[in-house]
Amino acid sequence: MTASNAAAVGEGFVVFDRVQKSYDGVTLVVKDLNLSIAKGEFLTMLGPSGSGKTTCLMMLAGFETATHGDIRLDSRPINQVPPHKRGIGMVFQNYALFPHMSVGENLAFPLEVRGIGKSEREAKIKRALDMVQMGAFVHRRPAQLSGGQQQRIALARALVFDPKLVLMDEPLGALDKQLREHMQFEIKHLHDSLGLTVVYVTHDQGEALTMSDRVAVFNDGVIQQLDTPDELYERPRNSFVAQFIGENNKLTGVVEQIEAGKALVRLATGEVIDATPVNVTHKGQKTLVSIRPERVEFKPDMMPPGAHVIGAEVIEVIYMGDILRARLHVAGSSDFIMKMRNTIGQTRLSPGQTVNIGWDPLDARALEPL
Amino acid sequence: MSDAPALLTTADGQPLKSALAHSQARSRRRAFLLVAPLFLFVVITFVIPIGQMLFQSVYNPGFIEYENRDTGEITKLMTNVTAWFEQNPQGTQPDETAYAALAADLVHLKATRAGGSVGERINYDIPGTRSLFTTTVRNADRLAPPYREALAAADAKWADPLVWRAMRSASTGYTLDFYLNALDLTRDETGAIVQVDQKVRVYVMLFMRTLGLSAAITLICLVLAFPIAHLLATLPLARSNLLMVLVLLPFWTSLLVRTTSWIVLLQSQGVVNDLMVAVGIIGEDGRIQMMYNRIGTIVAMTHILLPFMVLPLYSVMRPIPPSYVRAARSLGATSWTAFRRVYLPQTLPGVGAGALLVFILAVGYYITPALVGGADGQLISNLIAFHMQKSLNWSLAAALASILLFGVLILYWLYDRIVGIDNMKLG
Ligand SMILES: Nc1ncnc2c1ncn2[C@@H]1O[C@H](COP(=O)(O)OP(=O)(O)OP(=O)(O)O)[C@@H](O)[C@H]1O
Ligand SMILES: [Mg+2]
Repeated sequence: MTASNAAAVGEGFVVFDRVQKSYDGVTLVVKDLNLSIAKGEFLTMLGPSGSGKTTCLMMLAGFETATHGDIRLDSRPINQVPPHKRGIGMVFQNYALFPHMSVGENLAFPLEVRGIGKSEREAKIKRALDMVQMGAFVHRRPAQLSGGQQQRIALARALVFDPKLVLMDEPLGALDKQLREHMQFEIKHLHDSLGLTVVYVTHDQGEALTMSDRVAVFNDGVIQQLDTPDELYERPRNSFVAQFIGENNKLTGVVEQIEAGKALVRLATGEVIDATPVNVTHKGQKTLVSIRPERVEFKPDMMPPGAHVIGAEVIEVIYMGDILRARLHVAGSSDFIMKMRNTIGQTRLSPGQTVNIGWDPLDARALEPL
Repeated sequence: MSDAPALLTTADGQPLKSALAHSQARSRRRAFLLVAPLFLFVVITFVIPIGQMLFQSVYNPGFIEYENRDTGEITKLMTNVTAWFEQNPQGTQPDETAYAALAADLVHLKATRAGGSVGERINYDIPGTRSLFTTTVRNADRLAPPYREALAAADAKWADPLVWRAMRSASTGYTLDFYLNALDLTRDETGAIVQVDQKVRVYVMLFMRTLGLSAAITLICLVLAFPIAHLLATLPLARSNLLMVLVLLPFWTSLLVRTTSWIVLLQSQGVVNDLMVAVGIIGEDGRIQMMYNRIGTIVAMTHILLPFMVLPLYSVMRPIPPSYVRAARSLGATSWTAFRRVYLPQTLPGVGAGALLVFILAVGYYITPALVGGADGQLISNLIAFHMQKSLNWSLAAALASILLFGVLILYWLYDRIVGIDNMKLG
């Protein structure tokens, strides 16, 4: 790699610069990854299984070498730095707590190998354990702890030596929903209070959206979109992201008319709908329009003036407590979802009823199909 | 709450405990029937022979009984002198009555032609006394009172207090003499336990050599097997299975074939020496003696026992996820520290199991040292075999084997105390 094309991304605390990775020399598992992470940022890598998230993390931690490209930490290339000199804390999915050591010994390990004296060690261990509210468990063996407790110890161990950067590979994957939400909160809290830089890997989009400053959506070794959670949710930039993040209704059609920021799309069944063009550019192009279920309206007074409406037949209405979820037959397909808030004055739809639905054109995004 | 807990009963008033026992009896009977064949097999082929062996090591009726090989008829021998021993306590000088009793017994021996086997029994305790019996018995008819002088004239050894002590000891059948022999010990005239003559001390040295060689073989196996097992455990399953076949290959080849191929390789006119001469590392006259000595025993046995070390190691290493070592590395440990402090401790149950297995097998190994050991590569089991097949001193063989058995049991017990047998993983 020459100096001239080195700066494909700006200088952040962690920089992936045109990184490629292949395990077998035949397929690229990571294809041209460019990513800059700022100091103190909480960045999440989100993506389906096999999309290369763990591989990226392993390259950063030093357990895999990049086939091509540079990884820089604090402006220093680390491709040649062995893992133990990178000073990166890591939380593994299975926690990887040393089974033959007590909790205290596990936490002492990174300090001992750094030659830190006994009294300072004990102070740091105590502080780290208190941080995760596990002070009373110093003498327990990992096998004597519950999953959530092990998770906290793994977290404390990754933080006890004050690393500059913390990597977490699906750290909450093995926990039940309630505990997971609680731990999400705690990790986020630690991130804020300690000013850590965190690179976090998860399958769970809810986790990604609630915890992160920015989310990198991976698919097939490529970052599909790198954005803040709200941008990602509200303005997916391609149909993969639109389908991967949250629930989306999909309507396929052809661009009928396109001008600055507005498009008319004719569906296969002949109806015309409003949409915002995202990565479609010209008339006649095939497109996939995606609309969030909670942005679909059926009361005329809730729609912007002049919006196109489209006929729909209610197939079923599912009562979900805070919301009502209606499945509609729209434009030849019967998996169109509309969510309504369960308020006092809400109109209750019943199966078989026909309504006209519409939306703000800004909420319908015309994307190039996959 | 009442003071005594109420007895729980089933719905129809039966006590719960007996109802439970009743309902389980059937399945217990079935379980017993299922294991019965194996149980019988183990009892017949293992428990009973070992019990017999232990018994033989403390009981040898060669002095007082003679079994006719053809008819199975048992003749009591040496009854007179045995009676005298019973009437006179240990330490009594043999008097004329004792000699008379002995003379009568010797005459009886001549009639029953059992002089050889009785002499054999005393010969175990005092080497060189077999002929004392056979020659005197041959001329027993000519003995006449006074018997003390007559016998002393026949052979001066009849006056030897050691011979009398040995006869007294053999006269009960039950004796610990064979254990003494097995430890190079014997009794002097007063019955005190002393070491045997320097020249004939062999067993303790052989036990020591057996333990030493076994320990060396175990250590070499461990050093060789650890990296192999680690490699096998970290490779993808398909490839590690292939390599595992190579590790197991020796199991499918006859032990004799393997041992003899080592002879072909290592003997002084063998392949290895020829190669070294050809390359010029050693001269024609400097051929290294690697066969028929300790080196031969160590090399061949290490090769044969290696799989027993690889398998338990592999089975503890396989499930250790790579994330442990990775975690250690990410926490700042060099690869050596990560190995020493994180990986190695987790393999200890396998190391313990493998070492115990190899050591126990090595301690009792027979065929390989017999073939390639030469004189100084023989182990205790070779001597046991010698006493079983050549000298026919089964009691001594049994005593040696029992000592070996108890040694192994003690080792097993120590292992259980230190590591815990539950932690052992064999595969
Ligand atoms: N050690 C390896 N050798 C060969 N191929 C590998 C190796 N590790 C991962 N891969 C392959 O690389 C691709 C990306 O794997 P990676 O573990 O990075 O995915 P991931 O995004 O973390 O998936 P998951 O969400 O399931 O953990 C997969 O197709 C996987 O099969
Ligand atoms: Mg992964």
